[in-house]
Amino acid sequence: MAVFLIYRLVRLQIICHQSCIGLRMGSAMVPGRIVDEGDRRDMDRPLLQVEKLKFRFRGQSQDVVEDISFRVGRNETLCIVGESGCGKSVTALALMGLLPRDSVRFGSGEIRFDGESFAPSDHDRIAAMRGDRMAMIFQEPMTSLNPAFRIGDQIAEAVEQHRKCGKAKARERAVEMLRRVGIPAPEQRMGEYPHQLSGGMRQRVMIAMALANDPELLIADEPTTALDVTVQAQILELIAELQAETGMGTIMITHDLGVVAEIATDVAVMYAGQVVEYGPAEAIFNDPQHPYTIGLMASVPSLTGPRRRLSTVPGSVPGIGQMPEGCRFSSRCPFAAPVCASRPDLAEIAPGHRAACHFAPLDQRLERRA
Amino acid sequence: MLNFLLRRVAIALPTVILISIFVFGLQKLLPGDPVLAMAGEERDPEVIEFLREKYRLNDPVPVQYLAWVKGALTGDLGISLRTNQPVTELIGQKLPVTIQLAVMALIFAMVIGIPAGILSAVKKGTVTDYVANVVALSGLSIPNFWLGIMLILLVAVNWQLLPASGYVPPSEDLWLSIKTMLMPAFVLGTALAATLMRHTRSAMLGVLKSDYVRTARAKGLAERRVILRHAFRNALTPIVTLTALLFGELIAGAVLTEQIFTIPGFGKLVVDAVFNRDYAVVQGIVLVTALGFIVMNILADAAYFVLNPRLRKQ
Repeated sequence: MAVFLIYRLVRLQIICHQSCIGLRMGSAMVPGRIVDEGDRRDMDRPLLQVEKLKFRFRGQSQDVVEDISFRVGRNETLCIVGESGCGKSVTALALMGLLPRDSVRFGSGEIRFDGESFAPSDHDRIAAMRGDRMAMIFQEPMTSLNPAFRIGDQIAEAVEQHRKCGKAKARERAVEMLRRVGIPAPEQRMGEYPHQLSGGMRQRVMIAMALANDPELLIADEPTTALDVTVQAQILELIAELQAETGMGTIMITHDLGVVAEIATDVAVMYAGQVVEYGPAEAIFNDPQHPYTIGLMASVPSLTGPRRRLSTVPGSVPGIGQMPEGCRFSSRCPFAAPVCASRPDLAEIAPGHRAACHFAPLDQRLERRA
Repeated sequence: MLNFLLRRVAIALPTVILISIFVFGLQKLLPGDPVLAMAGEERDPEVIEFLREKYRLNDPVPVQYLAWVKGALTGDLGISLRTNQPVTELIGQKLPVTIQLAVMALIFAMVIGIPAGILSAVKKGTVTDYVANVVALSGLSIPNFWLGIMLILLVAVNWQLLPASGYVPPSEDLWLSIKTMLMPAFVLGTALAATLMRHTRSAMLGVLKSDYVRTARAKGLAERRVILRHAFRNALTPIVTLTALLFGELIAGAVLTEQIFTIPGFGKLVVDAVFNRDYAVVQGIVLVTALGFIVMNILADAAYFVLNPRLRKQ
């Protein structure tokens, strides 16, 4: 019962939060509406819920990703942030079932997609949804399209695969998608090869391909990292627009906190294969509780205020097999204490806001000290 | 495309000229005098002189070369010193035999080598991969003559399924022609299949790691389609190159195999010509072989055009 109540509270928080972010962002969110009983049931059921996902690669002594849990609702954007090598990309690939089958060992975990529950190792179930109900775009638009085929055929192929429609219908859809992602003269572009397009255009093609089957979930793995800054903004705007149109849930993997601030509904901060802080975007930005999150926030240069030396998180992420016992961040943490030798739980410190730190919430600790 | 091909041909021309000079020069360096061989036991000086005159062997070497080139351009490669047949005619008789053998061997090589390569790349590190590699290694290390003799013994003598040796032109009896050529083509093909398999495997391993293969999987395509369409298409370039080179090699003749199966092909012609100092025939054969290599290379280049859209624009 208590769990259920907390759960309802979390949901309420997220819904409230969504509306206030919606106000802030203006465009990307659906207009507020009166929630009736049926709707509420629908909204209580998140689009995607990941519970304690855990896996390692063959021959490794420690898990690459440990006890990852998060949820994504329809029309929401979950941003997964963290340094390179923290496990964000492999988590996404695992959700898509794109990790090499023979080398990945799933420890535990459960994925619930639209109420259906299955194990992360259930490749067949995941494969059936891939490209249809959930789609992914990647970091490297330059190499993610097949150089040997025309882009039109590559998009149409995805449509044909899942809709079982004829070639002509699939091509029509491909043209429509190219138009929707803002590619001029889509009919002519259909016949072009990837090498004839710029990076930004290729990423648009990737988005067109991913969204061609109206997926309910879009996973975007650093979709703007390889692009020019001006193009980055266009691509993010495009994703936000398409999300508003289709109501899909989005997981955005990024290490760019500026991007997070712009689009996130919820944020999961990952460090060394674990989620160290998780909660509504506003809470994470206004009241970061994990020392690593605080470090990340502090390392973003500010446009206003006095110019000062950029702060960094000292050290680097320990490799697999060299993780400290207990809290994995303890080797770099300025607050590290003997208690950190035991592993902190990802505990709820405010409704919907969780942090994996013995000292969270920090206010409490400061009060205790005083 | 046409432009590109014309350029390739233009680049090939000097190669052909160099090869012809080289071939002609080497011949002159070979020890032994064909006229002495022809003149017989008595070595009558008059006969020798007559023969030298007839074959223009008294002219300076460059003049001989130019005369040969002039003839070659009009399709006249001279006359065999041994059989008195025109070289063009000899080659015209043997080349189709060798081409048939080469094509059939190559089909065997591709049908065995390419799927085995794909399979062992996809199943890398598994039992399938190891088995394919062991089989490939044995294919490479078993000598053709041994495999040929064993096959004749088993298939032709014991089981009496196929003719043991000989050659039937396809125009006479197509089915019998293919049947007769089956064993020698298989013997040649298995060795090439091993090479082809190794190259296919490594090309596929590279491509399977690429981002666009991941994209194809992310689209939800069946694994079969991902591998055969998205990956294999991009792994084809090195495979095509290798196949073209292998074909060139096959045209040069498979002496041993032709000997074992008594096939009247190019290989036998070469050996006979070299042993008998049959200059004109050796020159003709080497020239045709070199041309064959060059044509195959140009064809391979043309294939890149079809395979790689990035080349088309330039």
